[in-house]
Amino acid sequence: MDEQESDTELGKIEVTRRTVIETGATALLLTTLPRAALAAGPVEDNEPPPPPVRVDLRINGHLYSLTLDPRTTVLDALREHLALTGSKKGCDHGQCGACTVLIEGRRVNSCLTLAVMHDGQSITTIEGLAAGENLHPVQTAFVERDGFQCGYCTSGQICSAIGMLAESRQGMPSYVTEDLMRAEAELTDVEIRERMSGNVCRCAAYPNIVAAIKQAAGIPT
Amino acid sequence: MKAFTYQRADTTAHAAAATAKPGAKIIAGGTNLLDLMKLQVETPSQLIDINHLPLDKVEETSEGGLRIGALVRNSDLAADPRVRQRYGVLSRALLAGASAQLRNKATTGGNLLQRTRCYYFYDITKPCNKRSPGAGCAALEGFNRIHAILGTSEQCIATHPSDMAVAMRALDAIVETVDRKGDTRTIPIAEFHRLPGDTPEIETSLKPGEIITAVALPPPPRGVQVYRKVRDRASYAFALVSVAAIVDSARGRIRSARLAFGGLAHKPWRSPQAEQELVNAAVGTSTFNAAANAVLDGARGFGDNDFKIPLTRRTLHSVLAETTGT
Repeated sequence: MDEQESDTELGKIEVTRRTVIETGATALLLTTLPRAALAAGPVEDNEPPPPPVRVDLRINGHLYSLTLDPRTTVLDALREHLALTGSKKGCDHGQCGACTVLIEGRRVNSCLTLAVMHDGQSITTIEGLAAGENLHPVQTAFVERDGFQCGYCTSGQICSAIGMLAESRQGMPSYVTEDLMRAEAELTDVEIRERMSGNVCRCAAYPNIVAAIKQAAGIPT
Repeated sequence: MKAFTYQRADTTAHAAAATAKPGAKIIAGGTNLLDLMKLQVETPSQLIDINHLPLDKVEETSEGGLRIGALVRNSDLAADPRVRQRYGVLSRALLAGASAQLRNKATTGGNLLQRTRCYYFYDITKPCNKRSPGAGCAALEGFNRIHAILGTSEQCIATHPSDMAVAMRALDAIVETVDRKGDTRTIPIAEFHRLPGDTPEIETSLKPGEIITAVALPPPPRGVQVYRKVRDRASYAFALVSVAAIVDSARGRIRSARLAFGGLAHKPWRSPQAEQELVNAAVGTSTFNAAANAVLDGARGFGDNDFKIPLTRRTLHSVLAETTGT
């Protein structure tokens, strides 16, 4: 856990190609938009920012106290304020699933919920799944089954799959479950595809994503 | 997104009082409201967060039905064993809506209050009587493939997007509210959503300072329950046409039938005339045709959505065949 903390402390982040690109993009934005726009989308130039709010979030086991514009989504809090850029901003409107994280153990679109609404709650992101060098079984399965091409949707796919497998174990039915009274529906390909339909993959790696989820769930493929 | 102040409601009365103020909006799941706020279709100056109010239980009623708290999440309601056993049409409708991530956030009350997905309502550069009363309707002459064919007006041809509400309409659900004075009210779901008429900006019969606390379901009616949704993708898309049906039949004859439709109108659509055609009628194509004719009496396409008229007919035939075992 200490390793993860050092990863997310802004002063200790290793400079990578990605951070250079991000820094460049941020510098460009700062020249043209007021600060609040980074977190909240376009705003009027003459509009004063709303009073900031204090938000405590437990993210991947670590407690963070943030002072945020109330417009800040969970996704923007993660990416812009904590440099946890594993969760991706695809559509920013809850249509693609790239931003999926687990809040209090349940999968949600982090772009469509405000950080301030989750004060005191626990969030698990893609950065919090591995135990040191040991990947989470769903991560391992995505690697072994080649469950991605460009990788942009992958962190959302993996967090969503973990939430989906938990829902399935708790007996959650789906639209394609024939018998709603069955305690736990069998995770067929059709069931997995329906349950994962909130995660869009532009590369269409769907067959391998389904195979990875089945492998992680211990279902023969 | 426009600036707003954020406040948590401590009590239901506080939440109701807060909504009476101009510019104030309740936020629960936020899956529709925040989307609209990002596009500046909604620009509240104050958000009242009600997520901590004790409205998240599903309880048995003394009449043998269920009372669903306004904050019960769509996923939890769909998975509730009592809903799955007695109100399968509701469970199935909920599971037909949105994605698992959204259902984990979206609430019962918020689902009823969600706004139309009309493209022109969402695009603030286009005229929309619902967004700016008197501005005109870009959908009438625009791309109107997803729009209404029943109950439309010259001011608005938008549809209500909910699946859940369609099943609740078939189940004759009752919406329970409280106002800022603490007075409670019950509204039959038939009267909860409105047709657009000359005031498409007014979508429900809720008054300022009144909030939904629960939705009560009467005991389940006899019969086979089905929710059928027809859409452009196999999953995660709004209905072009959907049908919630509860049909009781035996020995080739229909005893009772309830039919509610989504994707056709500004509110979940019920057709008493169609149900009347089915009662005591023989199961079969001519009966199903008579019901379809009754549902579609007065239906009008606007060009791109003309296909919804035959699609509704075919979907209804299929659902009636399924519910009557033919």
